[in-house]
Amino acid sequence: MHHSIEVKELTFSYPDGHPALRGVSFSIAAGEKVALVGPNGAGKSTLLLHLNGILRGQGSIAVCGQALTEATLSAIRSAVGMVFQDPDDQLFSLTVFDDVAFGPVYQGLPEAEVRGRVEQALAEVGMSDRAARVSHHLSGGEKKRIAIATVLSMQPEILALDEPTSGLDPRARRGLIRLLGELPMTMLVSTHDLRMVRELLPRTIVLDSGLIVADGPTTEVLNDPDLLQAHGLEMP
Amino acid sequence: MFLRPAPMHIPDGFLSTLVSIIFWVVSIMGLAYALRRTGQDLGERQVPLMGVLAAAIFAGQMLNFSVTGGTSGHLLGAALATILVGPWPAVVVMTTVVSVQALVFQDGGLLALGANLFNMAIIGVAVSYFVYASLRRLTRGASWGLFASGFAAAWASIFIASLAAALQLALSGTSPANLAVPAMGGIHALIGIGEGLITVGALAFLFATRRELVGAAPAAAKGGRGVWALGLGIALLLSVLSPLASANPDGLEWVAEQQGFLEAARAPLFNLIPDYVLPGISNEALATILAGILGTLIVFGVVVAVAYFRRSGKAAA
Amino acid sequence: MHVHFLDPYRPLTSPVHALDGRVKFILAVAFILTVSLTPFGAWPVYLLLWSIVLSAEILSGLGVGYVLRRAALALPFVLAAIPLAFTTPGTPWLEFPLGPWQLTLTLDGLLRFANVAVKSWLSVQAAIVLASSTEFRDLLLAMRAVRIPRLLVAMFGLMWRYLFVLVGEALRLMRARSARSGIAQRPAAAPRRRPGGSVAWRGKVAGGMAGNLFLRAVDRSDRIYVAMLSRGYDGEVRSFATQPVPPGARVTLWIGLALLGLLWLGGTLVWG
Repeated sequence: MHHSIEVKELTFSYPDGHPALRGVSFSIAAGEKVALVGPNGAGKSTLLLHLNGILRGQGSIAVCGQALTEATLSAIRSAVGMVFQDPDDQLFSLTVFDDVAFGPVYQGLPEAEVRGRVEQALAEVGMSDRAARVSHHLSGGEKKRIAIATVLSMQPEILALDEPTSGLDPRARRGLIRLLGELPMTMLVSTHDLRMVRELLPRTIVLDSGLIVADGPTTEVLNDPDLLQAHGLEMP
Repeated sequence: MFLRPAPMHIPDGFLSTLVSIIFWVVSIMGLAYALRRTGQDLGERQVPLMGVLAAAIFAGQMLNFSVTGGTSGHLLGAALATILVGPWPAVVVMTTVVSVQALVFQDGGLLALGANLFNMAIIGVAVSYFVYASLRRLTRGASWGLFASGFAAAWASIFIASLAAALQLALSGTSPANLAVPAMGGIHALIGIGEGLITVGALAFLFATRRELVGAAPAAAKGGRGVWALGLGIALLLSVLSPLASANPDGLEWVAEQQGFLEAARAPLFNLIPDYVLPGISNEALATILAGILGTLIVFGVVVAVAYFRRSGKAAA
Repeated sequence: MHVHFLDPYRPLTSPVHALDGRVKFILAVAFILTVSLTPFGAWPVYLLLWSIVLSAEILSGLGVGYVLRRAALALPFVLAAIPLAFTTPGTPWLEFPLGPWQLTLTLDGLLRFANVAVKSWLSVQAAIVLASSTEFRDLLLAMRAVRIPRLLVAMFGLMWRYLFVLVGEALRLMRARSARSGIAQRPAAAPRRRPGGSVAWRGKVAGGMAGNLFLRAVDRSDRIYVAMLSRGYDGEVRSFATQPVPPGARVTLWIGLALLGLLWLGGTLVWG
């Protein structure tokens, strides 16, 4: 029951009327690592934003067995670690330490424990020596890792990532893929990087125009050229 | 190091201690209220929005365009901020910009920061709001009204704020009023045109890309009425004080002296400067011209005020 | 584009750098206040104050040259005080005709101008030492220490964090503009408008760039807000408990304040 996501008939339209999600249903079991792929505008980012209640649509969402409601919002935001596409939007504190400590501080943890969490999270992403650094002095790859650390310090059950490898040079990309491979939690990764999907994520959901058009083992989904082409994707 | 001319940021050493402290007190009161209102209006969003907008204004002040040969026009941003996010958040944003500029880049002094905040964050915003809100109502939401109001608000915010700065300098005994007021006013009347042009350009861009950010005339309901009245009051007050000070520097010096600004034993009263500042133009004439400009503003202000109150009296508001 | 040049902080090792930021902030403000309160003509006091700030400059490893260069950039305003030299009545010192009128430079006027210039110069040096030897994060702690509201301090912090990002964007916009600002090569006889457009047009272009910046800022602030919410932000600004000021710094604070107080007292009694 834990570390899981249950989405039923999720429907959402933007205020200007544009329908972004049109009845999306899927479930992810504990420990699964799932890719979310599709053309731009398919609704991938919109879907992710529903998982921690930033956007609220019709339909039901249950995270780790708990239905997403106003009352459970805070607990669910602790349980779902959301990593966005642009790390500059997530590293909004003055130092790396402050950013990684932000989550635990708002979880209400005592100072000593916050420090411990920060150390641990930075170690997990291999950035232990950067704690005192100023965010804008870091490289793109380093920022992405720190961004992941900022949610790891909250010890989430689920990681949701939006385009983690975009904008990275090959070396940084390689390092990030390795890092994601080492993390044990349930993962939902929205991405265009189909080579990474094949390498890392055993299950793939294909989203197009707000609807799920495929949901199955990666080996099957990514080896179907007609399916890929129909939805604006290319064989990796 | 980027050299940004900052003709309105008064450095330390130019204002007397008493003037500095008085304006610190006034600015703190104004800012405290603005913070409270901003929290009410924006809620949780206020910290990221105000912070990043302040960064944008600072960055925007680096955008320049050449006016003639060597000089360039620059942006202060109070009017644009007011139009975008409303008066109270604009006060907070401008406070952030001016404070960080003083603290980190020494644009303006630390002791003088109170006065600089008053000029740029409070007067700049209040006058912008007053002019913008009035003119937009008068033009009944026509598109061109957005740009006309924006230009006028931007120009007025710079011009009136510079008058305040000049009076602060005069009160401190650093610059005789009949020189400071025309000089600051004259220079900033020109700079204000640059501010107006950039503001209109920005509004045009936003109108084309994100109309909802600038489309509607500001609702009087958002407590704007208080700011509007403040803006009108300040504009009138300064318009009246400035030519008076300019024409009667003795009067102002007398006030200053009574307050102990001028150390009586050492510094005798300022006499009138040589009979003419500009070749052929007498000092009195200059003051008169200035008074003329300002008088026009007063008339405009009164007309607009009357029209506004009549209108809101009729409408259900 | 990295815009590190904007950051005045110079990471050096010195007693000034190591001194608690709150103490430095208070001392800098107290110094500026003392300068402001020093009476007209109290030249020995100015000299002593100058020696204080000079020592700070040397102790901090920043170097006098560095501080003076930065000070020079901040002082064009001093030109505004020049009229003082001509308008204060007193014993005429120099008279010279400038065009059609006669300017009288008086000794008192010159001294008065010198006072303003010296006060300004001393104050700005103290501010430069403070900004160059203190990390911005510590400046924010200092502001909290003098009771500036948390919310405002948080906004200052965010402005600082995104300053470099947005200035980088502004520079890219200006670079794109210059890249498109070439003048067409045409035969001399061909008709052409004046290159560069009109002032109004240029102003509009600059304005468009400003609007662009503002739009990006508003959108970015939305994304930041979402990121903050995702990590549990609830509108209240929270941070760790502040460390108490170490005893050594405390002693420095009191000695500094006492010294400045004495200078002020001495100056006021003798020249006030």
